[in-house]
Amino acid sequence: MYNPFSLKDKTVFITGASSGIGKAVAIECSRMGSRLCITGRNAERLNETYMQLEGSGHLQLVADLQSEDAIRSVVDRVPVLDGIVYCAGIARPLPFQFTGKETLEEVMGINFNSPVILSQLLLENKKIKKGASIVFISSVSGVFCSSAGGSIYSASKGAINGLVKGMALDLAPKMIRVNTVNPGMIDTNIFSEGTITQEQLTEDIKRYPLKRFGKPEEVAYSVIYLLSDASSWVTGSSLLIDGGFTLL
Amino acid sequence: MELINFVKDFAELFEETDANFFKPSTKFRDIEEWSSLVALSVIAMAFVKYKVRLSGDDIRKSLTIEDIFNIVKAKQ
Repeated sequence: MYNPFSLKDKTVFITGASSGIGKAVAIECSRMGSRLCITGRNAERLNETYMQLEGSGHLQLVADLQSEDAIRSVVDRVPVLDGIVYCAGIARPLPFQFTGKETLEEVMGINFNSPVILSQLLLENKKIKKGASIVFISSVSGVFCSSAGGSIYSASKGAINGLVKGMALDLAPKMIRVNTVNPGMIDTNIFSEGTITQEQLTEDIKRYPLKRFGKPEEVAYSVIYLLSDASSWVTGSSLLIDGGFTLL
Repeated sequence: MELINFVKDFAELFEETDANFFKPSTKFRDIEEWSSLVALSVIAMAFVKYKVRLSGDDIRKSLTIEDIFNIVKAKQ
């Protein structure tokens, strides 16, 4: 059947696959025919994702990508890739005056430094094929807007958007495309530590013209587009997916 | 941990409201300056000064500054 969005015969590596957007990206990519290599910090939850993957030949690697040793071990074990999706990320809502070096290092470490180091090592070890596609899950925060207590998170996502423009240029000779998806609020457990109440989230929904938060699968569909041959002339771009949030 | 010190720490999170206005019985939501950002600041202050992780729900179910103090004390 004609399908320019197919991921058949593509090997895709996904970080943060044990929950939220990463989990949905993994499941949807498997449905589109790709062979997956997934990573996450929590073995039990990563295995839950793994069990939901369609098709065969998938690989799961439990790893905490904050550690450079863990990154090196992952790089050694992943197969040669047609696609990478960086979904691992954390939010630590804190007013700017309370953000110290510890928060800065934790948030920038997971959201920015890890995918940068990982990409460099994957390239160095020739694990990224010519013509591959790299997708970063960025955000509306730090690129189009921010939120109360979101300064460091925004900085990490703004940094990703800047990085991608330079990476796209530098990797163009290898025909490797690099893009971001910039979602608004998605129904995940990113605020599960409880700083933000359900009441506040319900109030926040009213600020979305489409009157709801996004679903993880809806982010996955845009990732599939960017991984597929349908986007083979798209690089250095940011795909906004926010239910109209940034229009207002 | 003293209630009087907690009230002082709480008052320091506000820019415009006079420090003398803050009492243990003050209903913090009635303060004009109260906002979701100040609520985040209360959570951050409890962690920085008292090493206690408050949740947004702890703030939501509290009415007065003393209510929050009691939660912080119970979690210490």
